[in-house]
Amino acid sequence: MKFARTTAQLNWIYAWLLLSPALLMLFAFTHYPAIVTLVSSFFSTPRGKRPAKFIGLENYQALINDEVFWQVIWNNLLYAMATIPISVAIALVMALWVNGKLHGLGFLRMAYFTPTVLPLIAVANIWLFFYTPGFGLIDQIRNGLFGLPDQNLLGQTDTVLWAVMAVAIWKEAGFFMIFYLAALQTIPPSLKEAADIEGASRWTFFRRIIFPLLMPTTLFVSVNAVINAFRLVDHIFVMTGGGPDNASTLLLFYIYEQAFKYWQTGYAATLTVVLLALLSILAIGQFFFLDRKVHYR
Amino acid sequence: MTEHVIPRSKPFRLNWDKTLNTTGAWVLALLWFLPLAYAIWTAFHPALYEVRFDLTAPLTLENFSKAWEAAPFGRYFLNTVILVTGILVGQFILCTLAAYAFARFEFPGKSVLFTLVLLQLLVMPDILIVENYKTMRHLGLVDTITAIALPYLASGFGIFLLRQTFMTIPKELEDAARLEGCSILGVLWRVYIPLAKPTYLAYGLVSVSHHWNNFLWPLIITNSVETRPVTVGLQVFAAVDGGLEWSVINAATLLTSGPLLIAFLLFQRQFVQSFIRAGIK
Repeated sequence: MKFARTTAQLNWIYAWLLLSPALLMLFAFTHYPAIVTLVSSFFSTPRGKRPAKFIGLENYQALINDEVFWQVIWNNLLYAMATIPISVAIALVMALWVNGKLHGLGFLRMAYFTPTVLPLIAVANIWLFFYTPGFGLIDQIRNGLFGLPDQNLLGQTDTVLWAVMAVAIWKEAGFFMIFYLAALQTIPPSLKEAADIEGASRWTFFRRIIFPLLMPTTLFVSVNAVINAFRLVDHIFVMTGGGPDNASTLLLFYIYEQAFKYWQTGYAATLTVVLLALLSILAIGQFFFLDRKVHYR
Repeated sequence: MTEHVIPRSKPFRLNWDKTLNTTGAWVLALLWFLPLAYAIWTAFHPALYEVRFDLTAPLTLENFSKAWEAAPFGRYFLNTVILVTGILVGQFILCTLAAYAFARFEFPGKSVLFTLVLLQLLVMPDILIVENYKTMRHLGLVDTITAIALPYLASGFGIFLLRQTFMTIPKELEDAARLEGCSILGVLWRVYIPLAKPTYLAYGLVSVSHHWNNFLWPLIITNSVETRPVTVGLQVFAAVDGGLEWSVINAATLLTSGPLLIAFLLFQRQFVQSFIRAGIK
């Protein structure tokens, strides 16, 4: 008994030794900064020799009165609400096609997946060229085929966000397709045979069998999509710089501007707290909402 | 009469269905491929042909050489290679050790610590740029490749992925090795790591492509040619106003994504399979 106890304790020590390098790094660059962010959101921005001082909820008050902030939040929510369902739906369709027996499967898979391997910053450059008024491919098509006038899609407040969304959807759908493809390959072919014997149509088979079986994947993919909708802002740097008139500024881009352009680190910390809160609420909410469907189907 | 109609109409309907699906799949694929094809077209032709699609247009590599001369892309590539290699090695070591502890040891606080690890999937270092920048300044690491890599070394995703793999390996193999006198690290090295090779490959590919493409954090933490990875280099290059032709920018764009793109096209099947494997777990 004494021996067993010491082995157990020895195992504790081994486990802690094995864990400590990873945990040290994890705490230093994830948990510690997350907590400090929360703390510094209650402090003013240090300037020169004047240290940060406790100002309570002043940063939050500034935030509520900041019209740009509300626009940025709205932009980002719209961005998430549009890009997530569209890219997930396209990903599912792609996966169903690639999983089938269509002609030219190799090309299809390559075409769908290639954008995933490209850096977002490079992708943005390619699309920027696309959107160039009068000169880019989109206007070439508009002029040449339909005789429509030139249009600056990235220069107008009512089109810029959609133009940026198209890039995100193009980049992400292929990535999500992979997860659906993986899930589809685990579905036994006998289900399809059984459905055929029952005379179920393809649509019924998809709706009643395939789609429910893919629910855990849908959950996983959409949580990922939510995180990406708030995490990836590289294309904003290249394509619009947040403009015109903040019409394409997303939350993380705004944080970057506040912190590294205007050096308002206190305010940037407050914005980061909002971002973290939003992410947690959305991810957890999604989990509960979709998780119920996963189990009770 | 009806007997004749049914067998005839059935194969016809099936074909129609397949044709429709094939067409849809191809239209989408072409649409998806178009931006890249366009970039390739402009990059390999003189600026004159940027918007003129003439199949007889002369091919040229001039745009690439112009881009290569206009910015220190050689140095940027070296920085990126050092960066992704460093991150990969660090992640493999840290994540392997931690994953092993989570997979095969019982110790107090295990579930709490594991939750904290998984929390990183949501609260990523990518978002905590303000505080991580301050930390790097305190450590005197601003504008170093080390600073770009540090926040990513302990990856929650990597620990999770490897733990799942290690847990599928029979415990008997470990016990047998221990009886032969293998130490804990010896068991890890001789039993677990060899058996988890496919997971390492999958995770390695995901990690390399992710960090090759990463932009925001490197942009913030670097400010010199000696540290900038290609993504930031491309942005600095393309953001300079005036004088740059689109064909040259597109050439630079392809240049930065080139190695990854070529590797992907060559090992397409393995690449997709790896991503699938990383996704399943």
